Amino acid sequence: MSEITTETVQHLAGLARIALDEAEIETLTGQLGAIVDSVAKVREVATPDVPATSHPIPLSNVQREDVPGATLTTAEALAGAPEHDGTRFIVSAILGEEQ
Amino acid sequence: MADLTRLTAAELGGLLARGEVSAVEATRAHLDRIEAVDGDVHAFLHVATNALETAGEIDRARAAGEPLGELAGVPVAIKDVLCTLDMPSTAGSRMLEGWVPPYDATTVARLRAAGLVPLGKTNMDEFAMGSSTEHSAYGPTRNPWDLERIPGGSGGGSAAAVAAFEAPFALGSDTGGSIRQPGAVTGTVGVKPTYGGVSRYGAIALASSLDQVGPVSRSVLDAGLLHDVIGGHDPRDSTSLTDAWPSFAAAAREGALADSLRGVRIGVVRELDSPGFQPGVSARFHEALELLAGAGAEIVEVSAPHFEYAVAAYYVILPAEASSNLAKFDSVRFGLRVTPEGGGTVEQVMAATREAGFGPEVKRRIILGTYALSAGYYDAYYGSAQKVRTLIQRDFASAFEQADVLVSPSAPTTAFRIGEKVDDPLAMYLNDVTTIPANLAGIPGMTVPMGLAEEDGLPTGFQLMAPARQDARLYRIGATLERLLEARHGRILDRAPALG
Repeated sequence: MSEITTETVQHLAGLARIALDEAEIETLTGQLGAIVDSVAKVREVATPDVPATSHPIPLSNVQREDVPGATLTTAEALAGAPEHDGTRFIVSAILGEEQ
Repeated sequence: MADLTRLTAAELGGLLARGEVSAVEATRAHLDRIEAVDGDVHAFLHVATNALETAGEIDRARAAGEPLGELAGVPVAIKDVLCTLDMPSTAGSRMLEGWVPPYDATTVARLRAAGLVPLGKTNMDEFAMGSSTEHSAYGPTRNPWDLERIPGGSGGGSAAAVAAFEAPFALGSDTGGSIRQPGAVTGTVGVKPTYGGVSRYGAIALASSLDQVGPVSRSVLDAGLLHDVIGGHDPRDSTSLTDAWPSFAAAAREGALADSLRGVRIGVVRELDSPGFQPGVSARFHEALELLAGAGAEIVEVSAPHFEYAVAAYYVILPAEASSNLAKFDSVRFGLRVTPEGGGTVEQVMAATREAGFGPEVKRRIILGTYALSAGYYDAYYGSAQKVRTLIQRDFASAFEQADVLVSPSAPTTAFRIGEKVDDPLAMYLNDVTTIPANLAGIPGMTVPMGLAEEDGLPTGFQLMAPARQDARLYRIGATLERLLEARHGRILDRAPALG
């Protein structure tokens, strides 16, 4: 059995920046435990002699010519933003009161 | 005039080129069909308001004698995971409700350049996470064969739109089977191209080492025609291959005319021909193998011993990559912003936004991926899953020494009932057992309808897989198989119940 507890899920939700509610944490704890137990199967055959594959068809040093091209205008880049002042994105305070 | 919505894209393209039908007429016929049946099917999240205008431009260009492609004026549906300048692009999520991107996906831009007429955006599981389209934030799509059943997922909207004759063909995306499994359960054709064969620029990313955009259609030829339009190198996608690709439509035409499969070795993957599959699916699969053998193909059994680890590896790699990709939804640059009562720091706003904007499956996978990538677990899960990926690639390499294509049922069952598996994530994940290996290895896969299962009268799909870069082989052999199957069963969509 996996060691997924409500505290684990709470911690992961913090890392993932999702303000899960109590009920969600409860449900996810059970579900995540079952899923983690099931996917743990990958460890059975992952012996040290097997190299890892990150991409199925690896390419390297993919670069383009360094020439100016068309880019979004400021207005286009800001068009989908929840809040902006016409030239910049507006965000909430970065630091909390205690910081 | 014949019902234009019953024609394939190739047939419609022919009528348009000869001036027997206008693009406006073809487009209006499909918009009328959407109007008549989409209230039941719910394949579309957004219907283009400018479709007739776009079609009119094509007609004017044709009248002026401008050179046009062979699909000019043919309507097409687009999965909502692809960015479109003139339509909202939500990926089935509340997070992006109403969001209109500032650019077109390369595949969409290529559709437009070829003169295709976008009809609208199709429904999908939120951020392409699911096998039933029930995880769409905008409600499920229904299977045109039985409105109480799922159309597969994540691309259930594109498959249902094509199966319900709302569009002749559509774009989908396939990360673990999201084109092929919906194809199987709706009686349509779908292709996941070789990884890197089709640009992903402007495709909202789920798992970047697995995602591929591809065609959904009612014939192998139509899939090839659409693949020819969208495929090929794109400097805007760093995983895009620079290969010169042959015409897939030409390969399909060649396959449809082939009178023999002599010399072709068809490998049946023992691990994907499970006694646990629905009997009616297995029966159709073995019947199709007999048809292939009857046409002269050599049927060989191959083994891929590590495929039994594929689903486990996939459900480590996918959530890990998804948790990273979906970090972009930070409530700053685009999409939803939810501010907690009384305000909050940017971090609290982000957490409240992601709590409100993501559905349960997305949260589940982000949390799972965060776990798999966290210190102390990374090697055990993500590292091990990447090793399994190597083992699966080796299995494929050795199987392709014995066979030109590998085959299996495209899905283990026919369409299940809406609600049946939505609360059981592990059961849902097993729907992709036959399709996931191709994504892990980056190879192309195709589903071709192989008739109806005896016990429930619902469609089943035959999957073909080829080595990386050999997509043309799928089109050639797939088109021959399609012809053999149609000779046996007729066009199976002609037997789908009437809608509307």
